[in-house]
Amino acid sequence: MKVKVKFFAILRERAGAGEIAKDIEEGSTVADLWAMLKKEYPNLAPVDTRLLYAVNQNYVKPDYALKNGDEVVFIPPVSGGSK
Amino acid sequence: MYRVTREPIDLQELVQRVTDASAGAIATFIGTTRNNNEGRKVIALDYEAYPEMAEKELARIGEDAGKKWKIERMAITHRIGPVQITEPSVIIAVSAAHRDDAFQACRFAIEEIKKTVPIWKKEVFEGGEVWIGTQSGQPLTRS
Repeated sequence: MKVKVKFFAILRERAGAGEIAKDIEEGSTVADLWAMLKKEYPNLAPVDTRLLYAVNQNYVKPDYALKNGDEVVFIPPVSGGSK
Repeated sequence: MYRVTREPIDLQELVQRVTDASAGAIATFIGTTRNNNEGRKVIALDYEAYPEMAEKELARIGEDAGKKWKIERMAITHRIGPVQITEPSVIIAVSAAHRDDAFQACRFAIEEIKKTVPIWKKEVFEGGEVWIGTQSGQPLTRS
């Protein structure tokens, strides 16, 4: 099955792409997909602490099972800032 | 009421969006770009969003605030792209019958924005640039 992955901010720069399509096995979780992407784009690997996962614009847990056509976004820490 | 925009944000427009006959208070918060951070001379901030999800998350913050405090309306606009020194990057406006609810909901909204809304900030400073909040891994500073 196919999913769409969008990269933003530091991940977009490190992947060198804003959006890619990815063929994955049935039953793959969002964490499986991230592990695949890290192999394909080694520059992504250092960014994976405190990463959140979103599917179809909602936050999901790492064990979320992907479906055909899902839009997946990996979310590095957001803009933050001191109080 | 919950927007991500590349255009400069107009405070008065947000105030109008939350103006309500049953409100006795409107609280606003303006986040602006300052010229220094951690000893660096900041030139500008460059924001990037996952826009569809960012607007959904901003709306969720408004819903959550409405469950916690008695507010009439909330509006949030976040700017993306380059934001120069002194310019607003985010404006929140909240109307409520009473000021305590308006102040508390406004404070809540800005704290939540910095936790869950997929908008990232790149600091452009004299000598390089860095994605803020992404301190893990190698720094992206370049000269």
